Amino acid sequence: MSLQAVVDKLKAKFGDTVLGEREFRGEMTVTVKKEEIVPVCAFLKDELGFNFLTDVCSVDYLGQSPRFMMVYQLYNIGTHMPFRIKAPVEEADASVDTVSGVWAAANWLERECWDLMGITFNNHPDLRRILLPADWEGHPLRKDYPVQGPDREPYQGRVR
Amino acid sequence: MGVEETTLGNNVITTSLDKVVNWSRSRSLWPLTFGLACCAIEMMATGAARFDLDRFGVLFRASPRQADLLVIAGTVTKKMVPVIQTVYEQMPEPRYVIAMGACACSGGIFDTYSTVQGVDEFLPVDVYIPGCPPRPEGLLYGLMKLQEKIMNERNSFGAVLGIGERISDI
Repeated sequence: MSLQAVVDKLKAKFGDTVLGEREFRGEMTVTVKKEEIVPVCAFLKDELGFNFLTDVCSVDYLGQSPRFMMVYQLYNIGTHMPFRIKAPVEEADASVDTVSGVWAAANWLERECWDLMGITFNNHPDLRRILLPADWEGHPLRKDYPVQGPDREPYQGRVR
Repeated sequence: MGVEETTLGNNVITTSLDKVVNWSRSRSLWPLTFGLACCAIEMMATGAARFDLDRFGVLFRASPRQADLLVIAGTVTKKMVPVIQTVYEQMPEPRYVIAMGACACSGGIFDTYSTVQGVDEFLPVDVYIPGCPPRPEGLLYGLMKLQEKIMNERNSFGAVLGIGERISDI
C-alpha cells in the first residue's frame, strides 16, 4: 500500500474531516480536524496497520490563527511506512482528545506536550508534568515565554 | 649491661595538631560518586589509570555519609537542586564543594529558564574550575588548590573538640 492509498482511504472514510494533504520528499502529512483525531488515529492503527506511535509533539505558530498544531508521527512496523498526522488547535480552546486509548505510548508523550506547550488532553488518564518540577508555572516552549525564565532580567534585551 | 641509652634520632617531627589534622584531611579527600553531565566523563577519566586520582588519596565514595567533597560535575537544572541539597546535607563536616566546569560555575551556555546559573546560588563553593569540560589536568589542579586551602585552615583541631570554629582565610 502506497502513501497515497493511505490518504485516499482516509478521505473515503472521513471526508470533510481531512483538511489537507502534503507530500514532501517521500513524507506524507495529512491535516485533520482535531475533533476527529481519536477516530482517525484508531482507523489508522486498526485498519491501516500504523501500530507504532513514534512521537507526539506540537508547534507554536505565535501570531497565526490557529496558533498551535498537534503533530503525530506514526509508523507501520509491518510495511516500514512512516506517516504524519497534524491537527490545528485554537489558542482559546487549547485542548485535544487524548489518543492514549489508541496507543498507550501517547500517555507520556502527551504529558510532555502539556508540560512544555500547555495543550490539555481531554480524558487523559494522568495529565501532570513530566519534565519540569511539579510546582512549575507556565509552559516554556510557548513562543511568548521568556527564554531565560520569568524571574530574570533579560540579558541584553533578549526576550525570546 | 644496663639500659641502653639511645636517642630517637631522625624519627621525631614537631608540628601543631592543626597541621596534622589539615594534612590528613587534605590527603584523604573522598569525593562523592556524583556526576551530572559531560564533566562527569572527565572526572571519571581523572579517576582512571592515566591520571589516577588514587595517588592523591582521592577515593570516590558511593555514599554521601562517607564523603568529604562534592564535585558538581555538569549542568545543574532547577529540578536537580533539591536532590543536590539533600546529598550535601547528608555529608558530614568538614565538607567541601568544587564547581567543575562552566555550567556548574555560571550556567555556561545554558542561559535558559530550566538551568541554575551557577551552583553558588545554593551551595558554598570552595574551588571553581573553568572549562567546557575541564581536562583532567584542570580537575587535578583544582583538587590541589583545595588541598592548599585545607592546609591553610586554622583551629581545625580545636573545632573538633568543640572549642571555637574552623577558620578558613582563603
